[in-house]
Amino acid sequence: MTSLRVYIIRRILLSIPMLLILLSVVFVVLRVAGDPVSAMLGGHAPISEIERIRKQLGLDKPLYIQYLNYLMNLAHFDLGRSMIWGQRPVLDEILEHFPATLELSISAFTFSILLGVFTGVFSARRRNKPADHAIRLYGIITYSIFIPWFGLVLQLIFGVYLGWLPISGRSDPRMAPEIITGLYVLDSILTMNLPGLIDSIRHLILPTVTLGIYLSGIYTRLTRTHMIDILQSDFIRAARARGLPERTIIYKHALKNAFIPILTMMGLQFALLLAGAVLTETTFSWPGMGYFLYERISYRDFTTIQGTIVFIATLIVLISLIVDIIYVYIDPRIRY
Amino acid sequence: MISDLLRIEGLRVYYYTRDGVVMAVDNVDLFMKKGETIGLVGESGSGKSTLGRAILRLVPPPGRIISGKIVFDGLNLTELSEEEMRKIRGKRISMVFQDPMTSLDPLMKIGDHIVETIMAHETLTREEAEEKAIKLLEQVGIRSERFMDYPHQFSGGMRQRVGIALALALNPDLVIADEPTSSLDVIVQFQILDLMKELKNLYGMGMILITHDISIIPGIADKVALMYAGQLVEFADAKSFFNEPLHPYGKALLESIPNIQHSDQKLKYIPGNPPDLINPPKGCRFSPRCPYATEKCREEEPPTIMVGHHRLVKCFQY
Repeated sequence: MTSLRVYIIRRILLSIPMLLILLSVVFVVLRVAGDPVSAMLGGHAPISEIERIRKQLGLDKPLYIQYLNYLMNLAHFDLGRSMIWGQRPVLDEILEHFPATLELSISAFTFSILLGVFTGVFSARRRNKPADHAIRLYGIITYSIFIPWFGLVLQLIFGVYLGWLPISGRSDPRMAPEIITGLYVLDSILTMNLPGLIDSIRHLILPTVTLGIYLSGIYTRLTRTHMIDILQSDFIRAARARGLPERTIIYKHALKNAFIPILTMMGLQFALLLAGAVLTETTFSWPGMGYFLYERISYRDFTTIQGTIVFIATLIVLISLIVDIIYVYIDPRIRY
Repeated sequence: MISDLLRIEGLRVYYYTRDGVVMAVDNVDLFMKKGETIGLVGESGSGKSTLGRAILRLVPPPGRIISGKIVFDGLNLTELSEEEMRKIRGKRISMVFQDPMTSLDPLMKIGDHIVETIMAHETLTREEAEEKAIKLLEQVGIRSERFMDYPHQFSGGMRQRVGIALALALNPDLVIADEPTSSLDVIVQFQILDLMKELKNLYGMGMILITHDISIIPGIADKVALMYAGQLVEFADAKSFFNEPLHPYGKALLESIPNIQHSDQKLKYIPGNPPDLINPPKGCRFSPRCPYATEKCREEEPPTIMVGHHRLVKCFQY
């Protein structure tokens, strides 16, 4: 296990230059795009006022000084303050919006994997039959779906025509649970608030289905391909010859082996999940990081955008590290 | 007839491929008594493995059993439901596979393979099954500490020992060993064959030993079933077969075994290629490669003839 520890430390150290590069690119691109003061004040503000605010935000200094200052602060884990309105610390704003994104991500991720794996196994067992062709088509269509459009369709059907489900927000303000973790479903359970729980779940359904279906296509295809491969392998034939029940063969032997590439994809998909979350959140006015980032981009709030991107990138690095560690527990052949 | 453990009659197994119908097993009859060992010999593509798998009804698609009977201890296996068949697999008829490197689940501990097999067929507690599994592993020469190890931590020979323990886990009446030693090196091959002989004497089960290597047959098999191009061409007890094979293919095979006492001799081989089983040759399938072939052999399919006591040969010469 000590070699695993060495591996983890090495991975973390390696991710530092990666984050640095990402950060520098974002820093430059943002400043090329325009400046926050004119976005804030509009086109008709007096020049003296613009100059005053630019000075206050430190935007009057040369670019490299701004850059070095930013890095220095980051080294102390200080993401700075927002450039607009109350100029709140960026980290506070991120932490305020993160639970909403986390809740949606967990829910959509779980939904997509269950749906993808189930349809993939189903398809593999009926290879080249009509159900298999239908599911393969499903895999291609969902992978190329455009989230805002799909979300809109679901909103129309289930929210407007049928009136079954709410189409925006995380909860009815009258029923919002007391905040403990920021995950409304969990908070409702912790405070034993049943109406709040039902309400939070109802709000979660459409965004989850939208994002979940979009993400599930790739798992469907991946599970199908690997299950077909593995179902033809020698050890599955041997398991059949030992008279094991079909369920054991499919789920205990075949799926567990097919799960290794699925796990790899889960790690890779995480970035896509967050990107999808941005679109889903804006479509459903879900007050998470994506919604927040989208809003702040239109204000050119440099520090907040940079901070959010560093936060998301760090998250992605951490997730892929966790996936690598999970491998060790699933596949006894992998040792670091 | 009553003492027959297995009786195969008129078995046909075809593969429906895109290029055509492959007649992998074409009208094969075979019978064996309880506790007997049959060496099923033939070159690659002769249908011997398909025959072995057909007995367990595990012919991979696009293959199908087309016709014929497989009567095992009075039960016609071709008529059983899938669930009835599952109960026979592993418990009454088991299989040892060719490649021990790939026939174990890489993510499962060695011991769990055996425990799982036992528990699929018998109502035992996990502890009882584990105890039994440890005994089995020791019997095939694997120390009990290795119970918790994974397949990749074993060598090929050791894995094949696990494969044998798995096949014997439920004390079956028949073991089908499909090229059990072909992927092992020569020394390990002999160790495994010795182990199989020893365990066969201990358990008294019947065995079908499928192999392309005719030289491993003497000393282990009671009978030899020789397959060529999906058909059984000779079926004889091992002694008489090795003394005097009747079918020209058998003769040619025995002559092609290298003899180290006469190392200056040129290695003999059978000229020509195995036939295409989608369009097999007309008449006797061996006729294009047979030194004794006549016009009749090329036109008509020879009948299977009983020679002496229980000896079958499919050739016009007899």
